[in-house]
Amino acid sequence: MKFPKITVWRVIFAAIMLSGLAATYQRVFHGLGGSTNLSDKFPWGLWIGFDVMGGVALAAGGFTLVAMVHIFNIKTYRPVLRPAILTAFLGYSLVVVGLLFDLGRPDRLWHPLVMWNPHSVMFEVAWCVTLYSTVLFLEFLPLVFEKFGLHKPLAWIHNISVPLMILGVLLSTLHQSSLGTLFLIVPEKEYPLWYSPLLPVMFFISSLAAGLAMTIFESWHSSRAFGRALELPLLASMGRVLAVVLSVYLWVRFLDMAHRHVFSLLLRNRMETWLFLLEMGLMIVPTVLLYQKSVRWRPGALYACAVMVVFGLVANRLNVGITGIEAGSGTHYVPKWSEMAVTLSIIAAGFAIFRAIAGYFPVFEAHSHEDAPAEQAETEADPVVAG
Amino acid sequence: MSKAILYDSTLCIGCKACEGACAERWGLPYDDKIAAEEKISAHKLTAIETHGDKFCRRLCMNCLQPACVSVCPVGALQKTTLGPVTYDAGKCMGCRYCMQACPFQVPTYEWSATLPRMRKCNMCFERQSAGKLTACAEACPTGATKNGDRDELIEEAKKRLADNPGQYFQGIYGIKEVGGTSVLYLSAVPFGEIGLRTNEPMEPLPETTWRVLELLPDVVSTGAVLLGGIWWITNRREEVAKAEGKRK
Repeated sequence: MKFPKITVWRVIFAAIMLSGLAATYQRVFHGLGGSTNLSDKFPWGLWIGFDVMGGVALAAGGFTLVAMVHIFNIKTYRPVLRPAILTAFLGYSLVVVGLLFDLGRPDRLWHPLVMWNPHSVMFEVAWCVTLYSTVLFLEFLPLVFEKFGLHKPLAWIHNISVPLMILGVLLSTLHQSSLGTLFLIVPEKEYPLWYSPLLPVMFFISSLAAGLAMTIFESWHSSRAFGRALELPLLASMGRVLAVVLSVYLWVRFLDMAHRHVFSLLLRNRMETWLFLLEMGLMIVPTVLLYQKSVRWRPGALYACAVMVVFGLVANRLNVGITGIEAGSGTHYVPKWSEMAVTLSIIAAGFAIFRAIAGYFPVFEAHSHEDAPAEQAETEADPVVAG
Repeated sequence: MSKAILYDSTLCIGCKACEGACAERWGLPYDDKIAAEEKISAHKLTAIETHGDKFCRRLCMNCLQPACVSVCPVGALQKTTLGPVTYDAGKCMGCRYCMQACPFQVPTYEWSATLPRMRKCNMCFERQSAGKLTACAEACPTGATKNGDRDELIEEAKKRLADNPGQYFQGIYGIKEVGGTSVLYLSAVPFGEIGLRTNEPMEPLPETTWRVLELLPDVVSTGAVLLGGIWWITNRREEVAKAEGKRK
């Protein structure tokens, strides 16, 4: 029934992966110069702006849901915990793949682990990402043990799970914010609409929003892919949380801009102004919509809001990492085809690997008994009481 | 006493002898075509720029508190007590944060190499360590580039400003910019007119990130107590609920 549609997607997937292969050839044999439009004046492009900064933020659902379910003990969200951990683990793995493309010497990826410079934000991010990827791997392991019926290691990992999860949340808090701290050192380059001493705080809050939005996004997709019923009361309630997180984020940004007196910049007809407005629109529209019950309870509308937030987050990271730096660097940057091909391939691979793992391991099994839609309450799951 | 370079744009005749000496010192090729490239790059670590009838020389500023040194995740860049900022290509993993962070856009990259390095002037660290002048200062026929102790060069610059007030724009670029640099500039016109950045902050840039990084131990320890406490409370609530359920 859906056969022709799937074929189209497969053709697109194959085309993307082939272009990624060609770009990889360029990168390996012709260096960064042959595969990117980077220059001495503009050393960071799409692979840092999207693959690393966007990728890490979009993988924030893992720590957000671990904190909500296990530390705040809000059991309502348990059914989406495993897919969120899987997304995070996959996301971080793909960030490392992106880094292997972007680093001039990918063979030295391990250097920060032995050659220390605690004054470097990048050093801190490298350590946090390494440690957190390990934590995510350990958080994902129970699914593997369950699959193969390994009860002893399952019990062992259960014993260390609480300190492990707290460690994961702390590490995430650090590096999510630190990706914003990276740009504090370029006050003379970053456009004032984005440069703020609060960049780390804003990166952290927006990563929470991105994590929640990605969870709604992948629940919607996996319900279609695996023919599961959508956990609507849960997702509607998550939409409410998302609206609150976004409101806090937008209010912090508003206050920050007000205190820095930069609103007058919006009167200038510049590329930065329009891309800023696009970014803000992609955050403000879903925030307003998510306050409507009718939106939260309509799967398509809820999904559309999540997609807007995801794009808004990506727009923000690209603006901070690329757009905002261009004028200050005295140059203009448009990614080369090979940069886009690698980025698209990483996204496509993410979708495909998620699907493959979710089909094989018990990612959605933990809550399959709750799926009967007829029994779903007509009210939103209350995150506190329902625990 | 740290070493420095004083570049006096009013004395520079644009002969590019410094460029040739620099290329020779690094073992880089140098010909008319490269001489015509008026910008620093991985194969040209200093460059004379023409701004109308004025010249300006670009090279690594070897800042007193360099942004590049503070951002390098592997410590490949070091500020030596002698003054130069040195680079260890054997450590570098090519993240290019130094290039992004440098307020003067000095570090350049070997973009077309398969095993690329960052390249920049290191104020002839080896030569100065051996008590010699930098190659550029030694080659300069007019004294536009002078190499010596930073404090003495500042005094010298002040003297030139005082002796010939009409000939100079009254200011020394590099005394306060980003907390001070080891390359100092004198010019006949405001520094912006010879292509130097005039929006540099006067505080050392490493401060901007260190203000946040130094909070990390506090954030981690407070966060651990807070999260552990929340976990304890929320799970305790559950235990109580269970116990009460049994009693009923």
